Amino acid sequence: MAKALTRMTAEEIIGEITASGLRGRGGAGFPTGRKWDLCRREKARPKYLICNGDEGDPGAFMDRSVLEADPHAVLEGMVVGAKAVGAAKGFIYIRNEYPLALERMGIAIRQGRKLGLLGKDILGSGFDFDLEIVRGAGAFVSGEETALIASIEGQRAFPRPRPPYPAQHGLWGQPTVINNVETWANIPSIIRRGAAWFSGLGTETSKGTKIFSLVGKINNTGLVEVPMGIRLRDIVFGIGGGIPGGREFKAVQIGGPSGGCIPNQLLDLPVDYESLSRAGAMMGSGGMIVMDEDTCMVDIALYFLRFTQEESCGKCAPCRIGTRQMAEILARIAAGEGGPEDLKKLEELALTVKHGSLCGLGQTAPNPVLSTMRYFLDEYRAHIDDRRCPALVCKNLITFVIEPEKCVGCLLCLKNCPANAVAGEPKKVHVIDQAACIKCGACFNVCPPKIRAVSKTTP
Amino acid sequence: MAQKRKTSGTDSKPTAVRRIIAKYGGQTRAIIPILQDIQDRERWLSSQVLEEVARELDVPLAHVYSVATFYKSLSLEPRGRHICTVCMGTACHVRGGTAILEHFERRLRIRAGQTSPDREYTLERVNCLGACALAPLVVADGRYYSQMTESKANAVLETLGRRSERPHRNPSGAGRRR
Repeated sequence: MAKALTRMTAEEIIGEITASGLRGRGGAGFPTGRKWDLCRREKARPKYLICNGDEGDPGAFMDRSVLEADPHAVLEGMVVGAKAVGAAKGFIYIRNEYPLALERMGIAIRQGRKLGLLGKDILGSGFDFDLEIVRGAGAFVSGEETALIASIEGQRAFPRPRPPYPAQHGLWGQPTVINNVETWANIPSIIRRGAAWFSGLGTETSKGTKIFSLVGKINNTGLVEVPMGIRLRDIVFGIGGGIPGGREFKAVQIGGPSGGCIPNQLLDLPVDYESLSRAGAMMGSGGMIVMDEDTCMVDIALYFLRFTQEESCGKCAPCRIGTRQMAEILARIAAGEGGPEDLKKLEELALTVKHGSLCGLGQTAPNPVLSTMRYFLDEYRAHIDDRRCPALVCKNLITFVIEPEKCVGCLLCLKNCPANAVAGEPKKVHVIDQAACIKCGACFNVCPPKIRAVSKTTP
Repeated sequence: MAQKRKTSGTDSKPTAVRRIIAKYGGQTRAIIPILQDIQDRERWLSSQVLEEVARELDVPLAHVYSVATFYKSLSLEPRGRHICTVCMGTACHVRGGTAILEHFERRLRIRAGQTSPDREYTLERVNCLGACALAPLVVADGRYYSQMTESKANAVLETLGRRSERPHRNPSGAGRRR
């Protein structure tokens, strides 16, 4: 930071960031240097910086970890960015769900001001820059940059069409650079170690390292920072240590509700912006959720569509109505009530929502459906044609039964059944009354592992 | 950029709402943190409070409502003394979070998003708490409980004062068949 403030011009800083090949870590992957340069060229004053810490993708928590563990890296990056574009004020937007991140960022800012690293005349360079924290209020769409700006302004988080881009017309109509937490945190290292060092890592188009949160059905769950271009297989089976319980790998979901599911046959894919998009997924902010044979892909598509439908801000019709229609069709298929025409309808709707929506939320909302239909069409067909759920997940299509030869009559399932659907006496075989069963799975979960008398079946 | 509050009002009694608004310099752009701070204090936002905010900030009541109804962390209904939040993130979902939520619904006899009639418990679902390595996750009164199971959930409820009981047949319609 001192180097950038005292020994580099704004042009030199942007030159260095551009040469490093750094691209936005929030999902879309726009080149950071280019964004900064656009904003630098704007004549209007004041200019603003925003750090987007509204990490809403379920299954992703890299930004939380950076904000909690190294808030100073974000501050440093923002001071460098402020010098580069000529901004005097910055905002750090952090989700309401991350209380510790909010607290620690507050401490870091107070420390910075006390040490003269924020505020007036930073390090005696004559440069002024100060930061303010903005607490999110619980809306997934506010992670979209124009919606986030509306939220800081005290409005509902509605996105607006681009262009004009925030770099030209952002917060209160002023030129604004908005970058993700991880992007800002990358800046100090690039300035300190040089663009060549950073661009030496990664692939032709995706430079540097990226943090992923590796979660779900995986042995080693947590955050991993890997060079771009690493094979998915090396992350899942190398670093992640494979699937627990000897189960079979099915897919890895990348990119949250905007992303898609990458199947087994594509595990050798290099992880970079372009390869993931081609495979129907997305870098997103970097959530990787590993799924095994016990995960139903129709259920996952339904899960994400319900999510986007609920989080759609309602401003534009394709997203508001389209996600709802798609979720309803998926719910029908998951309930075993889908017809053969539903798949075609789903695909048509998906394309309409993708092309017709205003912002990234709607444009990418169909990805979970399209990618699961592309790689796991047989599972959709099983639900529709055979009324069965191969992964034994969709409640309407499975039954819980007690195998008489295994049951020891311990009463555990009977006591735990919330629907009083289990009949039996001590030391006598128990029976589930299928008419009363609510398919909650309590009996399946409490039956001791040594006995395993309760099983799930599908037609 | 931000508009200053007009000096208003016939009586200048410093109510809690006024103190909170003053903390933010009466700026209309701070309406979201103002509502959040009021909610932290009162546990919800009553219509009187929203009207007072509109008056004090000198903005239309419709604007205050548009913000208060848009953001999920703001509640226009009273919330319970104990808050149970079940995480419904993707990692929690694939590890059985839905079953955990349904278990809480049955035990508390309310649906997600509801508050029990005695205002003791509020059950909430959240999209992701960013603690996915601990999935499935439940937060009860600010404490995080990891790798939830039905029996662990019963223990959590017990710490909140909900005694275990023999479940009844289909209580409150929760966990109904689809």
